[in-house]
Parts: sequence; C-alpha cells; structure tokens
Amino acid sequence: MPETKELNSPAEASVERWERETLEPVLKKRPERKKHFETVSLDEVERLYTPADVEGVDFERDTSFPGEFPYTRGIHPTGYRGKLWTMRQFAGFGTPEETNARFKYLLEHGQTGLSVAYDLPTLMGYDADSTLSEGEVGKCGVAVSSLADMEVLFDGIPLEEVTVSQTINAPASVLLAMYLVVAEKQGADFKKISGTLQNDILKEYIAQKEWIYPIRPAMKLVVDTFEFCTRHVPKYNPISVSGYHIREAGATALQELAFTLRDGVEYVQWGVEAGLDVDEFVPRISFFFNAHNDFFEEIAKYRAARRIWSRVMRERFGAKSERTLQLRFHTQTAGVSLTVQQPLNNIVRVAIQALAGVLGGTQSLHTDAYDEALALPTDRAALIALRTQQIIAEETGVANTVDPLGGSYFIESLTKKMEDGALDYFEKIDSLGGMVEAIEKGFPQREIQESAYQYQKAVERGDQTIVGVNKYSMEGEQTEVPILVINEGVRDRQVERLQRAKSQRDSGAVAGALEKLKKAAVAGDNTMPATIEAVRAYATLGEICDALRDVYGLYEEPAF
Amino acid sequence: MSERKIRVLVAKPGLDGHDRGAKVIARALRDAGMEVIYTGLRQTPEMIAAAALQEDVDAVGVSILSGAHNTLCPRIVELLHERGMDDCLVIVGGIIPQEDIPRLKEQGVSAVFLPGTSTEEIVKFLRENVGQRA
Repeated sequence: MPETKELNSPAEASVERWERETLEPVLKKRPERKKHFETVSLDEVERLYTPADVEGVDFERDTSFPGEFPYTRGIHPTGYRGKLWTMRQFAGFGTPEETNARFKYLLEHGQTGLSVAYDLPTLMGYDADSTLSEGEVGKCGVAVSSLADMEVLFDGIPLEEVTVSQTINAPASVLLAMYLVVAEKQGADFKKISGTLQNDILKEYIAQKEWIYPIRPAMKLVVDTFEFCTRHVPKYNPISVSGYHIREAGATALQELAFTLRDGVEYVQWGVEAGLDVDEFVPRISFFFNAHNDFFEEIAKYRAARRIWSRVMRERFGAKSERTLQLRFHTQTAGVSLTVQQPLNNIVRVAIQALAGVLGGTQSLHTDAYDEALALPTDRAALIALRTQQIIAEETGVANTVDPLGGSYFIESLTKKMEDGALDYFEKIDSLGGMVEAIEKGFPQREIQESAYQYQKAVERGDQTIVGVNKYSMEGEQTEVPILVINEGVRDRQVERLQRAKSQRDSGAVAGALEKLKKAAVAGDNTMPATIEAVRAYATLGEICDALRDVYGLYEEPAF
Repeated sequence: MSERKIRVLVAKPGLDGHDRGAKVIARALRDAGMEVIYTGLRQTPEMIAAAALQEDVDAVGVSILSGAHNTLCPRIVELLHERGMDDCLVIVGGIIPQEDIPRLKEQGVSAVFLPGTSTEEIVKFLRENVGQRA
C-alpha cells in the first residue's frame, strides 16, 4: 500500500472504501467494456468523479455565481432566462443576389442575426476576374469584389437593426469598410451599428491558412480596426478570436482553448502597445469556439474559457471593467464531425453538439446542416439546422436554469483540468516569446498536426467510433440527399458587375485613394480612413489588397 | 537491390487552405514507407505538374475541399500528359459530390477518396496500382 495513505482526505478515503467494497467484486465478475475510456481529444476519462476530485476547486473562488467573477457559470446572472442565445446561421453562396435571398429566408423563419460566408477569392483578397479565382467564385461562400456587390448583398436588410457577423480575416479591414459604407448609404448611424468581424489573423497562420500578408503587418491591420471601431463604431466587435478552425484542423479541445485564448492575449497586448485602453477596447473582443462530439469535454471547455479570460485580463492587464473580464462567445457545431455516409445521422450529431454549446453558456450559435459534408447547405437542410436550435431553446427545458451542470463533480473537475492545461500552454508560448513568435516557430501548427494524425490513427484502430463510417456502416448505401449545386455561371455574372462598376467610377478618385492607402501603410498610420475612402470610390477588393501587398509583401509558410 | 520506393506528390491546388487531410495523408504514406513530397498550399495546376515531373513521382494526390475540383483536376491530368507522365496516377481526396466522380474518372483521375476513407485504403490502392512502371 502507498505510504501516503494516512494523508488521504476523508473524501479520498470514502472513495477507497467504495472501490474496495462495492466496485472490485463487480469488476471481478464483469470487467468493463474497455481498458481506457477517452474523449474525442484522446484524453482519459475516469470511471467516477466524486468530492475527492474537486477538492482543489473552491466554490467562491473558482465556481462562484453567474454574472460574477470569474464567470465560470456564465456572464449573465439570469442565463438564458433573460435572453436566449442569438441563432446565427452562417450563410453565403453564389452571387450576392442569391445570398441576399437566403438571408431573408432565414430571417423570415425566426433567425435572429446574420453571418456572412465569403468565397475563397474574397477571403484571399482577389477579385472575381483574377486568374487565381478560376473555379472558385461563389463556391464556398458569396462572391464580393467591390462595394457594388456589397450593396446587393445587404439590399433591404437594415444594418442599424440586424447584427451581422462577417467571416473574413486577411482582408477584414476592407470588408469592414464596405459594410460601413453600405450602412452609411442606408442612412445608418455608425454609433448604432453592431456586429462582428472575424478578423482573427493569428488562427489563419495556425490553422485555416487563408492569409495574405506577413504576420506582423497583418497584426497591424487588426489593431487599426480596433482603434477605428473604438472611436467611431463603438458597438461593433472588431474581432472574434476563433478556436473553431483550430479545432477543425485537428486540435484537441484543450489545444483549441489554449491557443485561442493565448491568441486573445496577443491581440490585447498589441492593442495596449498601440496605446489603447484595455477597458475601452477589450469589451468588444469576442470569441468563437467549436462544439465537438464529446459532450462534457466541450462544456468544461467553455466554462474554463470564461474563468481563464477573466483572471488573465485582471492579472496580466489590470482590467477593471466587468465587461473586459467577461468572455462572450459564438459557437458552431463541428463541421469536421459530419459524415458523408448516412448523412441524416448528422442531424443528431449537430443537435447534441449544439446542446453542449448551450449548456456551456454560448451567446450565439450556428448549427451545421446535415448535408455540409457533401456541399453547402440547401434551403431545406439549413432550415432543419435552425429548427434544431429552436427545439433546444423552447422544448427541452435546458434554458430554464443557469449553468445546470455547475457543481457536477465531473464537470467541475474537467473545467479545472482544462484551465490548468491551458495555463501550461500559456507558459510554453510565453517562453517562446509570445504567440506571434510561437507561430513563426511553428509551435501551435505542429501540435495540431500531431493531434490530427493521432486522432486519425485512433479512428483507424477503432478506438474512436464514427457511426456509419468505422462502425455500423452500410455496404452499397445510397447516400443521396439533394445537394446545392453552385452554377458555374456565377463567375461570369460577377465579372460583369465588376466591369460595370469599374466603367462607372471616377478612376482618378480610385487612384488617389489607393495612393493615400499606400502612404498610410508605409507611414504606419491607421489604414482604415484611406480604406473607407477607396471603397467609397468603388476601388475593388483586389485593388485595395494589391496596394497593401505592394507595401507589406506576401506571407510564405515555412515548411514545418 | 532494394525495390524502388513509391514516390507520391501530395498537392493542394486552388485557394483553399484546409490542409488537415493533405498533411495526415502525407504522413500516413510516409509511415507506410513511401517517399512523399508535399507541395504546400495554393499551387496552380502548372506548378503541380512541374513538381511531379521534377520529382519523378508515381502518383499525384490532390486534396480539394472547395468545390473547384471540376476545373482543377482535368487540368492537372492534361498537364501531366503534356509532360509525358502518362503513367503517373492522379488520385483525388476531399469533398467531391458523388455525381462528379464518373466524369473525373473519364477525365483521367484514377480514384476519388471521400471523407471517411482510411489512410490504409489509400496506401493499398497506391501499392496495387503503382508499379506497372518500368
């Protein structure tokens, strides 16, 4: 017997008694199904959690009350009893006309916020007529090359009233400018506009890899949007720091949590160094997490995220305002978990993942459509995804009480484990010199690649089950569900509008604005005013990004 | 003399940056004893064909998730033919609708692997189909 036995707490002693008297005789008769039980992150889960597992967790200090530091149980004292989460389905495909129609369809069916998916050329800062855009226009999202497209995209949608999230990273400052100019043309007051810009460039270098410029100038562009929004668009969230893509690229839940929050710290650091006041700009930083298959692991991740953020903001940056300490986040169910095989099973996966997001206290939620492993969603698939949220919100009763899983030995212990693990990663990243340096050295990239490979191996060994794929598969199964086909003619129509916009604009004004933008970039001034001027003159996305490419250069990924 | 190792170029054409699959496959093929060259992101079909020729590979594995496969795959096959690499297999993995598969095969793609395929299956396919080369 271990010598430390007499040091055991009463809680541990009672667990030992239970193991001896009740558990062991049963295990002898009937062993468990397998030796190790693991989460989808390949992290071991114990048989039972008891008070002994939460001895290091203090209720007042660590768990506390919702709406109070460290916000483990949520940022609102009333949880969802006051206001439900925002149902915000990510949508975008084909032409701006088609996406505008989808937006209106979703709003008509009870969706409460919009979220724009842009196509790859837009995400990479190329116009529809670039040779690099061949085969890609309107495929993974809506195609936007200039203000003329943006005007159509938000036609009939009042930007003072509807909050819009834009998933746009490398060229975020340009799309923000386009959005503001459309709002201005609608007669909206900048002070009343709210919405979110994904604008998280660090996770692009780490995981999603849609970058344009080298890391440091790209970070400068992000800080420009912080500065501009703090002054002129105070209700707008200029960044949504995103773990979603980090997870999709293969990270574990812990890596998603750690790298995302450390990215958040990096943005705050850069903002502070640019002279911004923490309590002024940090309240407008929001987060975006994945909701993957392992139910409890995900819930613990969200709870730990709030706790870590509030502590780090207070301890590292001396934040005082409540809003600075409160981590707000959007959640999207895990696209990577969806299967091509037996696609209707995805409806069930999405519902359970979404439930984890809700029990973790998300502020807004996107539920994936069941056909997304095949193509972008059809109207029907998108509607079922929205209905899934409405069923969770209004039929299951989970929104009736705040943080219903708080106090669970398992959840509290897992939350603590997540927090400790994330802080270990923080230490490692700090020792590398910060997140920018860690990325330059390939640290988070290698960690994620390793996890992705280990997960694939676990699936191939059968240690991780994917229903319909490595278990319960059906030979010769007909997977046919109707899918959305993007017309190859989208590019022609987009090029046509682009040419029309170019022929009608004042080319002198465009050239002048682009010159001004380059000068601002060279001088290290805020680029937002010149970007807005260029957008107003109908300079295209490609032209504006080219101007910045001239000044900043292009990012080349080193081989890791 | 030991048998020549199978050489594979893992390529990521188009603008899409989702390289999880490409990297997992590259490592799995390496672990299976093949020589793997990964092109990195955003390679044009021309760059991919040139790399295939230069590296004298037996197969090109193309990863596409963006829906641009109908434009990019036939172009890669065509460019390989132009360079005299008629024996070089082109295999495709990613999000490819079922109905596009017959056409891709007619255009010279040897196999299409959809999400959920085990890496072992791809290894097996390459071992069985590469090697008719002199």
